[in-house]
Amino acid sequence: MLHITKEFPGIIANDDITLQLRRGEIHALLGENGAGKSTLMSVLFGLYQPEAGEIRKNGEVVKINSPNDATALGIGMVHQHFKLIDVFTVLDNIILGAETTRLGFLQKKAAREKVLALSERYGMKVDLDAKIEDITVGMQQRVEILKMLYRDNEILIFDEPTAVLTPQEIDELMATMREFAKEGKSILFISHKLNEIMAVADRVSVLRKGKYIGTVETKDTDKQTLSNMMVGRPVQLEVVKAPAQPKETILHVENLVVPSKGHRKNAVNGVTFDARAGEIVCIAGIDGNGQTELIYGLTGLEKATGGTITLCGKDITHCTIRERGANMSHIPEDRHKHGLVLDFTLEQNMVLQKYREPRFQHMGIINGGAIRSYAQDLIQQYDVRSGQGPVTIARSMSGGNQQKAIIAREVDRDLPLIVAVQPTRGLDVGAIEYIHGQLVAERDRGKAVLLVSLELDEVMSLADRILVMYEGELVGELDPKKTNVQELGLYMAGAKRTNKEGASA
Amino acid sequence: MREKLAGLWGRSGTKAVLASLISIVIGMVVGSIVILIVGMTNSSLGLKSAWEGICLVFGGMFSTGRNAAGSLTFGFNPTSVGNMLFRATPLILTGLSVSVAFKTGLFNIGAPGQYLIGTAATLYIALSIPTTSVPAGVVWILAFLGGILFAALWGAIPGMMKAFLNINEVLACIMTNWIAANLVTWFFDGSVLCNAVESGKTGYIYKTTFNGVETPKMGLDILFPGSQVNGGILIAIVLAILVYILMGKTTLGYELKACGSNRHAARYAGISDRRNIVLSMAIAGGLAGAAASLYYLSGNTEFFWSTYQSLPATGFNGIPVALLGVNNPIGVIFTGCFMSILNISGLQLTNLTAYNEYITDVIIATIVYLSAFFLLIRGLLSGRHKKTEKPAGGPAPTEEPKPVESTNPGEGSEKGGGEA
Repeated sequence: MLHITKEFPGIIANDDITLQLRRGEIHALLGENGAGKSTLMSVLFGLYQPEAGEIRKNGEVVKINSPNDATALGIGMVHQHFKLIDVFTVLDNIILGAETTRLGFLQKKAAREKVLALSERYGMKVDLDAKIEDITVGMQQRVEILKMLYRDNEILIFDEPTAVLTPQEIDELMATMREFAKEGKSILFISHKLNEIMAVADRVSVLRKGKYIGTVETKDTDKQTLSNMMVGRPVQLEVVKAPAQPKETILHVENLVVPSKGHRKNAVNGVTFDARAGEIVCIAGIDGNGQTELIYGLTGLEKATGGTITLCGKDITHCTIRERGANMSHIPEDRHKHGLVLDFTLEQNMVLQKYREPRFQHMGIINGGAIRSYAQDLIQQYDVRSGQGPVTIARSMSGGNQQKAIIAREVDRDLPLIVAVQPTRGLDVGAIEYIHGQLVAERDRGKAVLLVSLELDEVMSLADRILVMYEGELVGELDPKKTNVQELGLYMAGAKRTNKEGASA
Repeated sequence: MREKLAGLWGRSGTKAVLASLISIVIGMVVGSIVILIVGMTNSSLGLKSAWEGICLVFGGMFSTGRNAAGSLTFGFNPTSVGNMLFRATPLILTGLSVSVAFKTGLFNIGAPGQYLIGTAATLYIALSIPTTSVPAGVVWILAFLGGILFAALWGAIPGMMKAFLNINEVLACIMTNWIAANLVTWFFDGSVLCNAVESGKTGYIYKTTFNGVETPKMGLDILFPGSQVNGGILIAIVLAILVYILMGKTTLGYELKACGSNRHAARYAGISDRRNIVLSMAIAGGLAGAAASLYYLSGNTEFFWSTYQSLPATGFNGIPVALLGVNNPIGVIFTGCFMSILNISGLQLTNLTAYNEYITDVIIATIVYLSAFFLLIRGLLSGRHKKTEKPAGGPAPTEEPKPVESTNPGEGSEKGGGEA
């Protein structure tokens, strides 16, 4: 790709970018949210047409007008949000658009054999007859990869493939990618996770605000250099914080039981813990061990069937969400589902819980001016970047800035307890640094912070106390200063547990 | 100036209004083509009468009949304008009903049923309370409010089904429509309110004037002499403005819209999503009820009570009115009037030419179809917009531009219906 320029109204998403991909190489594309990575890949995949520049393959200039052209050239892409049909089977999804037919009839048998051979060869296990809606996200991604292989693609684009995967699945994916490279396929790997890039990529190209910054060999660089290139200033990768000075108990959870939606077993089974003012308590665990339900039970999105929750000395077990909100702010796990009303403007989202306060309304009539100036304050204070300021539609903002908007809103509520669930998921180092800083600052201001995270690095660096959750129960309490990732991993996998009740486990 | 224009062009509202206008023009052109074909193929008609028909389709509102020479004359016709306003009254209100629901992510296809329940309640109250003991004005207010109340309760039924049982509101609305149709027939069957005075009238309920109850003219009859217009249109406009304020400026409207756009986020923020879904459908029902009340309280309309086989078209016509009005309460005033202009044009066609008023039904039907393609037309406009604006550099920068995602109300309703 040579001198690619792509403009959108009011913004140059790609400004004269040149990218060279060698055969058999894993080439990472690194950049902050909104740096233009996805746009560049969309140009390569034929979804957008560039205003300037050309694309060459094997030295020849090619014109890619649509994804079909891209497929014909052997370019395949795994999108960040999978393009699968939920009610079709895995096999149907793989052959969709590239079906072998005879006299208009599908030749599924041949297709099945080919897919089976591929999945065997790369060790990617999938159930060909399962429906997409019934399989895990990790398996859905394998389906997307098999789709590219089925089309005999030589250039594979992975758009932030690890954002949705568990650590184990990420390891598997990395191994598969290395396998592909060994066979001479070329891989473009979009990510902003430095660990993964350092582990798997051969070369890294960095984009910043639509501009090409440079390409480096991973063996000649390190994480710090890369993140500086990406953000454009020195970044603090490690969280700096003073030792915690916990004070009074803010949140006390006693024997909490939350039922599970799909299964008969309780998702949260008899969980007891405290969170005190001035400390960050982190709940660690592998995804799906009841963390989500625990938070739902705490925040009132789900009804607890047993136990008690005491917040600031008040029993809130049976309170409504709004009553709980009097002392608890919540940065939800799914920012699109629970965090924002995407079709609302930024300012409307900023007051999602506060619109009833007297300063924003009088006798039920909303005071638009007060909301506008409040939103402007928050935007400035928390550096939320958007196209049109307070009137930007939330949907059009980048993921990082959406998250910043939620953090701004929740932190500004200034409540004794902050519940943050995976607050840095899918964000780049710059935004992560910022959010970690905010959480530590709130802790130092005497707030209790309850953090749920799947990322071990985050857990280890941010937490003052780690509670490990496994199959709906708390199996251990660890001090991050006295433990290490390996020990934490054993607890998370259920291989080790501290026995509180002395029962056989 | 140019920048101003570009800014105006860039607003999604402008595009929506334009899409509506395009739908209307295409609808009228299709109507004209039908007239032309009928005129050319029918021996008793001809090119001249076809031309007259087309003139009336576009200018029926301003038709003043024929002059001595037999050719059509045009000018300001106060009777037509008055009748137009009279007929627009219920359309504006059912349009509001549908658009309020749309704004909150619900598709209120139950307006016909709510309209019927509103009719029944209004007529019963207006005819049952004797004006000899209660002032007619008080009876009028009771009948108006009663119609709204009962229709609101009726509208709340599908709302409750949606909120508590997660039953798609479209299905529930269609069923409640027919339940209402049968219920109303049963209610009036053999009732003392059936018109027994005028001979030759069977199946009609008394006009409310039978009990001396009718909507005050509020001076409009002086402005538009000879027409059926009354103060109802003013009430409809006031209601539209109230709805505009409710949806745009109040905390309640904010809650309703938040629930409509993202039920989960609203719930998480402590807003009761169930209460708001029920409330939204109740408001929609109440507006449809107000449409019925104002129509039948006018004093010059009578209700054919045997409704079990048909639903009132006014209820369904609220859908195109809302769609063409881009779900904007103020826009709905205009589109309601437009629909009623077509109605008047139809009447003029029947009166002045050999064509009949059903031609305008063709136009309305075309517009209804086109309003279903609304998203497409708007998308096409956006596509053009992008191309024209690229070299100039538009006024609307976004961080990470994505393909234009339209927030069409129809899409919203699909979303609402899709979640199980």
